[in-house]
This record gives sequence, C-alpha cells and structure tokens, in this order.
Amino acid sequence: MSALGHLAGGGPVAEAAPLKRRKTLPYLLLLPGLLWLTFFFVIPAVQLFATSLYDPSGSLETGYAMTWQFSNYSDAIGEYAGHFLRSLGYALLTTAFSLLLGYPLAYAIALKGGRFKNILLICVIAPFFTSFLIRTLAWKVILSDGGPVVSVLNWLHVPLPDGRLLATAPAVVAGLVYNFLPFMVLPLYASLEKLDPRLLEAASDLYARPVSRFTRVALPLSMPGVVAGTLLTFIPAAGDYINAQLLGTTRQYMIGNVIQSKFLRIGDYPSAAALSFVLMAGILVLVTVYVRRAGTEEVL
Amino acid sequence: MAHRIWRWFADHWVLALGLLVLLYLFLPIGVVVAMSFREAGRNAPYTLQNYKFTLDHWRHPCGAAEICGTFGTSIVIALLATTGATILGTMMAFALARSRFRGRGATNLLVFLPMATPEIVMGSSLLALFVAGGVPLGFWTIVIAHVMFCLSFVVVTVKARLAGLDPRLQEAAMDLYANEAQTFLRVTLPLVAPGIVAAALLSFSLSFDDFIVTNFNSGSTVTFPMYVWGASQRGIPPQINVIGTFMFLISFGIVLIGQVAQIRRKRRASTPLSVLTIGVTEPTPAPTPVMEKS
Repeated sequence: MSALGHLAGGGPVAEAAPLKRRKTLPYLLLLPGLLWLTFFFVIPAVQLFATSLYDPSGSLETGYAMTWQFSNYSDAIGEYAGHFLRSLGYALLTTAFSLLLGYPLAYAIALKGGRFKNILLICVIAPFFTSFLIRTLAWKVILSDGGPVVSVLNWLHVPLPDGRLLATAPAVVAGLVYNFLPFMVLPLYASLEKLDPRLLEAASDLYARPVSRFTRVALPLSMPGVVAGTLLTFIPAAGDYINAQLLGTTRQYMIGNVIQSKFLRIGDYPSAAALSFVLMAGILVLVTVYVRRAGTEEVL
Repeated sequence: MAHRIWRWFADHWVLALGLLVLLYLFLPIGVVVAMSFREAGRNAPYTLQNYKFTLDHWRHPCGAAEICGTFGTSIVIALLATTGATILGTMMAFALARSRFRGRGATNLLVFLPMATPEIVMGSSLLALFVAGGVPLGFWTIVIAHVMFCLSFVVVTVKARLAGLDPRLQEAAMDLYANEAQTFLRVTLPLVAPGIVAAALLSFSLSFDDFIVTNFNSGSTVTFPMYVWGASQRGIPPQINVIGTFMFLISFGIVLIGQVAQIRRKRRASTPLSVLTIGVTEPTPAPTPVMEKS
C-alpha cells in the first residue's frame, strides 16, 4: 500500500485532473467484473431463492406460480434429512482424512523439500492435469472387486462387507479425499512455507520435545493454512455428487445427488431449489461459526 | 545420542510419509496410463485383470464416436472463458490491490463468495435464472457460467502477485522520470505477468475440467467431461484414458518448461535488478554513480 501512497500522494504538487481520474479509475476497472458477478452470481442466487418458493404443483411446461410456498423447505428438509446428514458426515470425514494426509505432505515439502520444493509442489497439482472424472473412474478400477486393494485386504484377512469395497461408504469417502486433497495441501503449504525453521530450532534448544514442538510451535503458526484448507475441502465435498454416484450406490447418495436428479431428471424445480438453498445456508452457518472459533478472519 | 537418533528418525519419517501421500495422489494417474494401453473390447469389464498390452488406442485416439469433437468443444469453451475471466479478473485485481475506495470490503466479499459456494448451488441457480429468463441453454450459457466461476480465482491469484510486489521498484521508475503509462507498461506489468499467466492457466484447467456447473447449463452441447460422464453410465471407451494420459503429459510438460524458464530468467535478471534496488534503498546522496553503473 505504500506504493499507492507514493503514487497517489504526490502531495500538493499533484494536479487536480489525475487525482480525479485516480478516484474513478478503480470503479471503472471493477465495473465489468462486478456486473458479471452481479448478473451471473447474485441475481441467479436471488432467482434460486424465488424458485424455492414457487408452487410445487407447476411444471416447466405449464410454468410456476409464485405462492410463497415456505412449506417447500419443511417438506424438503423432512424428506431428505438423511441425505443432508450423510453429506455432512462424509464431508467431515473427508476433511479430517485430508488434514491427516495433507499435513505431513505439506510439512515435508515446505520444511524438508529443499531444492526440490517447486517440483514436489508441481507433483501435488499434477493429478489435476487430467480430468477429475477420469481419475474417479480410475479409482473405480483400483477399488473394484478383485482389484488391487481388495486383493491386498483379502490377503491380510481384513473383513469387508459382502467382500467388496466398491459401492460402500469407505469407497465414496476415499474418492472424496483423493479429489480434494490438493485443496488441503496447497494452503497448508503456503502457511508452513512462511514458518521460520529457526523457531523450531529455538523450541528444541529450549528443551521442547518433538511432540510439543509440533503442537506448541508448528501447528499454531500454521493455523491459517489449516482453516483455509479445511474450508476448501469441506465446502466442495459437502456439495459433491460425482463420487457418490460413481463409487457408491443409492444408499451412499449425498444431498448433491438429490438436487442434481431433481433439477435435471425429475424437473421438480421448487423442491430442488429449496434443497440447494438449505445446503448453501447450512454451509455458510457452519463456516461462519468455524472461522469465528478458529479466530482467523483472514482466510484467503 | 538417543535424542539425536530420535530426531533423525522423526525428520525422515515426515519426509517418507509425505512421499507416500504423493504416491497416493499419483496412483490413479498410473491406472489411467495403464488402462490406455489395455486391449479391451467395448463390453469388457473396466478392470486391470487379464491385462493385455496394445498400442491400438494410441493409434486411433478418436476411434470412439464423438470423443474428439467434445474434446475440441471443451478446448474452445476453456479458451473463451479463460480470456474473459483473465481480462475482467486482472482489472478487478488491480483496483482491489492498489486503491482504497468505498465498497472495497463488499467487493472482496463478492469475489470470495463464488469460491465458497458449492458448485451444485452455482450451477442450479444459473439454471434457475436461464430458465426463468427463457435463455436457450447451450454453448454460450456454458461460457457465461465458466467466466463467472473462474473470475474469482483470477482476482485472488493476480491480487496475491500484486501484493508481493516491491513498491520501491515502481517508485524507482517514477524517480527516474518514467510517467505513469511507462511505469505501468515497462515495470508493473512485466512484474505481474507471471501472476496473470498463472491465473490464466488455472482458469483454463478449471473451465476445461468442469462438470457440475456445465451439466446444469449445457442444454444439448456436450463437453469432454460430460462425454466422460455419459460414457461412465454406458461403457467406457479406452480412448478416454489415452486422452487423459495425453492431457496429463502436455500440462506437465508446460508447467516444467515454465519452471525451468523461470529459474533461468531469475539467474539472468538477478544482476540489474539488485543494482536497481540497492540504488533505491541506500539513502546515500549519490544517485549519479548508480546511474552511471547501469
């Protein structure tokens, strides 16, 4: 910001005309982007809310009547509470496993990566280079009956429900963890990278054991990364339906599957819109509470 | 002694664990590559058992109907969406990073919200709007949607680059009698360029790979991810894995080349840049020798 102070604050020498331009310039730069976001993000959200209050007896062909049908919400929540809870559970499990897997990886790259830091970081994003649907289909191969994972588990005599892994809740969560792990690793890396290794040395010099060195120094200092990473994992995981559909069965369906099929197959727009809105509101409330608790306002 | 052994173990234990997680990230890529060389009829089960090697799918990557057409559609959409989002987003990033104005906080929030919204909500709300407005779904509604969700990522990426700029470089340019336009074109823009390129690459991959939002707003247009989705319901042609492998290799190549170029540029540019910064930071009353040196 000091650059701005210098550029804008030419003091009394600065003339009136450029000053005026400088006041309108940011608005001119913002205008096209803001208009785009307003028309294609804010107004659609309002429209979605309106749709959720339409009379559910209408259809796409006959049109919908606006009847302020708040019962759409209670009906939707009543009927699909199980799907909401399952989405919440899967998303929480996904976030927890991603943190468990992502933290060591981010820590290793940031503090032990040395010269290979950038290359290791590229390797974290590399799986993104192919389509995530193709990768999820690859998971289907890996977890399939008689596939490598099932064979190893059978050999270890780990009991599996019906002897299979595909089409179970663990398969769906595994797919979710895999798909969203990089979203956890990148913010964790960003905050661990800023961590001064001398602080860890200082902790050791002051007789901190490795465990308390981690819990009292490294972890608190990387909290912004933990908060950002958990949010970036939890939010898309809660709304996902790809993994549940490809790796699970109807018994693993999440709320996203319901919304998707109501919008695109059944064409029940009011109820689907109500479900979308409940999902969004639920996520917003959870995220707000979580960010307040974690005590970091600066997420991104 | 015991303490030292424990510490050695602890250090390398973390590194080993990290590499294992990395291996986990690459596992499906390996499967995609393996499946691209697997001899299989259309109706053969999609597994790794009874593996037979073949180069057929690589010889005829467009062998499956529609596969290359949809790939082309996705590339065109991604290029259009990237161009739109990069231009709009870079302008917004400059305004947000370099000016204080009324509504700055609200604008930041509006930029952040699309990133915090699940894709299914964004996709369905756009569908609700298009349906209510009687807009026919198809190619252009996909482009509109993609520009919308790429925009925020561009703003955040370019803004981060702008925030990391050393303001003294621009001050130095102004001190050396560059006017505003010259400073912008010859100092600021080249310094921000890597951020803009990164943002464009990110937009491209987000747009190219998007399924959820696209699925809601595509009408009868079929993008590559939608083709893969359809194939997963019917039966997966092995050519999908050829294209998956191909995409992976191309993007990996681009990023590696960019990385090497960056290292080279840094090495070459280090000398003049340090002269410039020394000239700015040192409060010695001798600007002339610095200028003579350069």
